[in-house]
Amino acid sequence: MLELILLFFLVVCALAAVQMKDLLSSIMLLTIYSLIMAIVWMSLNAVDVAFTEASVGAGITTVLLMAALSRTSREESNRKVSLSVRAPSLLVLFLVTAVLLYGTVDMPAFGDPEAPANLHVAPEYIKHAVHETGVSNFVTSILAAYRGYDTLGEVVVVFTAGACVIMILRKIN
Amino acid sequence: MPGRVMERTMAKMLIPPVQLYGLYVIAHGENGPGGGFQGGVILGASLILYVLVYGLEAGKKRISRGTRDFLLPCGALIYVGIGVACLLAGGNFLEYSALPLGNPKHATHLGILGVEIGIGITVAAVMITLFFETARQDEE
Repeated sequence: MLELILLFFLVVCALAAVQMKDLLSSIMLLTIYSLIMAIVWMSLNAVDVAFTEASVGAGITTVLLMAALSRTSREESNRKVSLSVRAPSLLVLFLVTAVLLYGTVDMPAFGDPEAPANLHVAPEYIKHAVHETGVSNFVTSILAAYRGYDTLGEVVVVFTAGACVIMILRKIN
Repeated sequence: MPGRVMERTMAKMLIPPVQLYGLYVIAHGENGPGGGFQGGVILGASLILYVLVYGLEAGKKRISRGTRDFLLPCGALIYVGIGVACLLAGGNFLEYSALPLGNPKHATHLGILGVEIGIGITVAAVMITLFFETARQDEE
């Protein structure tokens, strides 16, 4: 029940953020969106993900978007989109929504012990991670040890993003 | 700027605990929620808070462009360095248990901690850099 209410507000926030003409309000709504999302992760017992969502989504993204806003105007431009663009995009939107909804029909119920995700490698990690790595939070041991290459890739992506920003924006400044 | 006394006082009281918490989250990632990414973001956010209150110029004095640019690849290099150290110790890339740090379990623990610290440094540096490069002074 709680999840339903939260997800409802999530949709409301997303729609309102798109509709807002004042971009600062849009940013604030996206922050609220992230905060609600963090609570949803919490209620699914995904503490690490909730932590990331709260610090990155609700915290730093807001500040970075506001910094970006300081370089542009606060109001959205009043550009009218013609019907010949709107009608096809609405059609595509409905089609994608239908496909996504159709995709969820086959999905196992949340927390189903028979779900493929819970049968494949997850039991191995839960059984062995603490003994093999001596690290009691096995989300960390998966990220840093079992999936160390992936995390290295992520760090390189973050670094590349920073380097690109320096290269592009320093020239402008 | 007499009107900003409140912000300055609040920032003075807030920033040290926030930074301490960021370090705690990085160091405590093995035993609780969190890790390098979250802790790095919190560390970066504390410096961004400083800039928001004291202005971009004061922030640049605290952490110069050279320091930021130095820290940016530092974390990624620590990560890769630990991986290469594992190679030199005779294991596979990022096989922490090969590190000569006592028993394999202990070595893995320390290897993960080192990697988390590397992630934290790079993430914090990137967050600060993004903000410093994007923000414009006249808005503050």
